[in-house]
Amino acid sequence: MSNAIRERVLNKLREAVGRGDFDVPTPPPLPVQEWSREEKINRLQSMLETMHAEVRRTTHADWITTLKEILRERALQTLVYGPDTALAGVLQGAWENDLPALIPYQQDIESFKETLFNADAGITTTRGALAEIGALVLWPTIQEPRLLSLVPALHIALLEADGIYNTFAEMMGSERWQDGMPTNALLISGPSKTADIELTLTFGVHGPKELLVLILDN
Amino acid sequence: MAETGAVDFQSNVVRALADRQLRGNLKKAMGSLSLKRKAVFSDPEEFEHLRRVGNAIRRRSLSKLPVLLEQLEKNCTANGIQVHWAETTADANQIFLDIIKGHDASRVIKGKSMVSEEMHLNHFLEDHSIEALETDLGEYIIQLDHETPSHIIVPAIHKNKDQIAHLFHEKIPNTPYTEVVEELNAIARKTLRQKFFAGEIGVSGVNFAVAETGTLCLVENEGNGRMCTTVPPVHIAVMGLEKVVEHLSDVPPLLRLLTGSATGQVITTYFNMITSPRKAGEKDGPKEVHLVILDNGRSKILADPQLRETLQCIRCGACLNHCPVYTRLGGHAYGYVYPGPIGSILTPQMEGLHKAGAMASASSLCGACEEVCPVKIPFTSLLRILRDESYAEGDSPHDVDGHGYKRHFTESLAWKGWAVMNTNPTLNHLSTKMLGMVGAFLPKAGPLKHWTQVRTTPKFAKQSLHALAKARGLDDE
Repeated sequence: MSNAIRERVLNKLREAVGRGDFDVPTPPPLPVQEWSREEKINRLQSMLETMHAEVRRTTHADWITTLKEILRERALQTLVYGPDTALAGVLQGAWENDLPALIPYQQDIESFKETLFNADAGITTTRGALAEIGALVLWPTIQEPRLLSLVPALHIALLEADGIYNTFAEMMGSERWQDGMPTNALLISGPSKTADIELTLTFGVHGPKELLVLILDN
Repeated sequence: MAETGAVDFQSNVVRALADRQLRGNLKKAMGSLSLKRKAVFSDPEEFEHLRRVGNAIRRRSLSKLPVLLEQLEKNCTANGIQVHWAETTADANQIFLDIIKGHDASRVIKGKSMVSEEMHLNHFLEDHSIEALETDLGEYIIQLDHETPSHIIVPAIHKNKDQIAHLFHEKIPNTPYTEVVEELNAIARKTLRQKFFAGEIGVSGVNFAVAETGTLCLVENEGNGRMCTTVPPVHIAVMGLEKVVEHLSDVPPLLRLLTGSATGQVITTYFNMITSPRKAGEKDGPKEVHLVILDNGRSKILADPQLRETLQCIRCGACLNHCPVYTRLGGHAYGYVYPGPIGSILTPQMEGLHKAGAMASASSLCGACEEVCPVKIPFTSLLRILRDESYAEGDSPHDVDGHGYKRHFTESLAWKGWAVMNTNPTLNHLSTKMLGMVGAFLPKAGPLKHWTQVRTTPKFAKQSLHALAKARGLDDE
């Protein structure tokens, strides 16, 4: 049954394409954008901030102190993180009692859902970022699952300044994404938002209400 | 809404034009969307270059459509995504039902998908006692009011916050009345969080499907799309078969064109690329991902060398926002799922001219849609073809369903007479002279009555231009 439908649809398409006359144009390639390292960081920061993300520039040595300061300013109960990563090691080593409770995301979502949906914050690393459009790039992993950057009301993202590319095309091209895509790849440009009521822009609809980006730059 | 019987477009127009609230809401919203778009594409040369690239990508994809779809199927299958083919919306609905029933599920949460509107999926599932809940805020609002989207990007754009405030207060239990937009959002967030938590099946559309990697791309701002495609154990994505692109590298330019044209954004909050279900060891994401590829008349559109340009569309909605007709009527008056200029070229081809042919006349051919279209669809040429088709005889090179539905013996005869009168110099001379004398006294009956209902009756000059020129001693011709 379904195979017959498949064949019928494909045959109609083959017949349609067979009629030719597609006349595919070849426009000149788009100009290549290039910024200096500093320009990329500045541009990314400014675009993320326009989209209501909070951006802090810090270093590999200091980010944990910066994070603790930020968390102390807020009354959060819990922070979910991905276990077995370098990030997790630093967090566990430096954690103190007056900070939100650290919860590792180490069970399948089926048994972790209740905890995750009640969590105040989630922290993840990033694969890189795109200066042109102002977006973080995430490839969630076994250690840092997909919902970690979505369900908690605050998403904290760590970004290596060296991982900022000029454009999306440049990043997927130089990393050869076409050779193997992950289960899920994501661009994130700010906290979740909507303008569905009278086009009034409001932040924090279904995803995080806040996005905090720590740019690690030595 | 309009799946059975013809739509009374004329009455819809009259009703929509008389609705001051609707016209006010639309005018404000469309003006704002146009300005935002303009700010993102502020350099006309840059935009022209980008859309030439977008046009080329879409044309190339269409020229290889069957091969790309097979490649997509092969790669998706290798990645663990189950691919289903549907020739009609009934096929597609049945596929959904079988998957949902196979999981004994009754709670479906949906991200925004125009193809699912095309299928009337929600009604279909409700008829089978399955709750299909829209989770995009705009879609959620109109579903609460038992309406359909009036715009393909901002579905509740016809409503203002007062109307939404009343709706939430009445329809969502224990909800206090508030007109504050932030509070209305918070109410939706709280209500829908429970639904994301409990959802058994997640449904989404597809913005681009990448053949070379078997990747499904989704564009969104709210995070509901990510919720629907990540929290429930099963994800069903549905796409019109024209949504496939060849390479991953085709995605960045199209994405830029889509978000800029749709909402004037350089990028949306989220761009979600899904390539497989949950792999061994991964802790979340659906364990099953299904892709439903729907034809519903698209293969027929592809067969027409001119009309196939309709399929280049990436559903950004810019043509709606810039259309003087849409801006005054809103989407519901069109009577079908896709309104505005894109609806006016797509729907008559999908549904047949005899049913939806009136939509092709809902344009002044001003060409604003063409100017903003990110993939350069030649709207006015396609509208003209469809208008001609409405009168076409058997020998038309196009084969749109319902063609010739407007052909009328008296009218054909009148136009044949008109042609003779205007190609024969003696007759032409005689007729202009006659009109100059009796034109003012022509009775307002028949087609003339219809024509002058909303237009000033033309005044015929005593002498024709031809005669005046001659009287002044200008060279004839």
